[in-house]
Amino acid sequence: MNKSILYHKDRPVIDDWIDMIFEDFLELHGDRFYGDDPAIIGGLARLGNSAVTVIGTAKGRKTKESIARNFGMPHPEGYRKSLRLMKQAEKFSRPIITIVDTPGAFCGIEAEERGQGEAIARNLMEMITLKVPILTVFTGEGGSGGALALAVSDRIYMLQEAMYSVISPRGCASILWKDPSREDEAARQLKITASDLKQFGVIDEIIPEHGGVHLHPQKIAADIRHRLLSGLNWAEQTDDLVGTRYRRFRRFGEWEEVN
Amino acid sequence: MLHMFKKARYISVPHENRETPYPPAVEPKATAVTKSSLPRLSAPERISMTADCDSFLETDRGIISSNPLGFEGYSEKTSMLREKTGLQDGVVSGYCRIGGVPALIGVMDSRFMMGSMGSVVGERFTRLFERGADELLPIVLFCASGGARMQEGILSLMQMAKVSAAVARHHEEGQLYVAVLTDPTTGGVTASFAMLGDIILAEPGVTIGFAGRRVIEGTLKARLPETFQTSEFSLEHGFADRIVPRHEMKDTLKKLLCWHRLGGHEV
Repeated sequence: MNKSILYHKDRPVIDDWIDMIFEDFLELHGDRFYGDDPAIIGGLARLGNSAVTVIGTAKGRKTKESIARNFGMPHPEGYRKSLRLMKQAEKFSRPIITIVDTPGAFCGIEAEERGQGEAIARNLMEMITLKVPILTVFTGEGGSGGALALAVSDRIYMLQEAMYSVISPRGCASILWKDPSREDEAARQLKITASDLKQFGVIDEIIPEHGGVHLHPQKIAADIRHRLLSGLNWAEQTDDLVGTRYRRFRRFGEWEEVN
Repeated sequence: MLHMFKKARYISVPHENRETPYPPAVEPKATAVTKSSLPRLSAPERISMTADCDSFLETDRGIISSNPLGFEGYSEKTSMLREKTGLQDGVVSGYCRIGGVPALIGVMDSRFMMGSMGSVVGERFTRLFERGADELLPIVLFCASGGARMQEGILSLMQMAKVSAAVARHHEEGQLYVAVLTDPTTGGVTASFAMLGDIILAEPGVTIGFAGRRVIEGTLKARLPETFQTSEFSLEHGFADRIVPRHEMKDTLKKLLCWHRLGGHEV
């Protein structure tokens, strides 16, 4: 994980990925309960010969847009919108593709009032039983439960310099050692890089960045597109997708057996 | 950032003064409760207050943490806490009877790394829900946790999905799951099984939330009211069914278990 690549100002955001990966996209808004969270974009798209549902976190390209999109940190209504679109995808037998790049679920007064915990929990429980394939691409930051709520998936792809962690290295260093400046050390201990996560079986494929995705976004997007098409093909040939997804998440964890 | 918060807080204000015909969600005396005066209970104490006499049979006691990331100081810490508390990790689970009704019970214990969820807690809860699904038993969980256990990194995050998946399986078998939120219920536990109960009970005045209070205060650069993220706050915003004082907990659970055993119609 190279921070100068991960946080490069020209690193593509979800709007770029949607433009580059899919043939066409129609955004759909709102959670039908409270509002429309601009930190999550969702809608219908075409990928090859398939109609798919695309959902992802949105950081915004420029400062003004980033502020409007809350820097990609969703509120509960964002997770509820994503669940609504996933249920809709299931009804119409459309595969779901999620694109994750978020510092995490937003931590704030209103997010607590509207049940940030409940919204994430609901997604985890519902996604595990969805009958359609779910493919996920981690393109930048994968911030804890806020990322997991879009990633209870059948196949998970991750850009080489992206990260996915239970806590931000800075947060970990402040809690454990009362010293946020030791974040790099915390990052190493937490094992949050694509290759670490591949070893744990948390992700399936690492997408090489060849020196940084910002240098040749089209090339990487073509690679992602190709992998997603293979993923859909794989899902189509998999019997008992829901059971396979259950077993995928069931096996996580390491412990010792004693008497 | 600050600008956003100002805006957000402005939007949140009308909530309190809204002209709606809704009756108040909580009685005034309940909202006056701010901080819990109840001492936190250990898992054995909680089980003896909840399960019928001599009915508890512990399951899955033989699994202990293995330090999967090789995290500095973690093995020493868990081994010291096993010694000190007599617990294997932050949870005790097993079979019991409550008011004569057979059930499965899981109790988190905040003395063990603040009840944080790593592989052991995740595995024991997953097995509990799978057992409940296989044997058609109701489940009562007492939550008390600071959230995911960061010393187990991504594997602790995966426990949230794993346990939630097992909750779904138990749910599909039509079995009752009662979550009881005790002090504190926060982070990754709130964002997974704690919020997935068919019925969610809370002890009065305990801390319930997703984000840490200090994290929010740090971003806002302001102190939050004592009533923020309490049981009463959860009830008021619709995320708990009832606040149940400790002395009424067993009777309430008994009633819930009995009524669910009766089913919705006479056979």
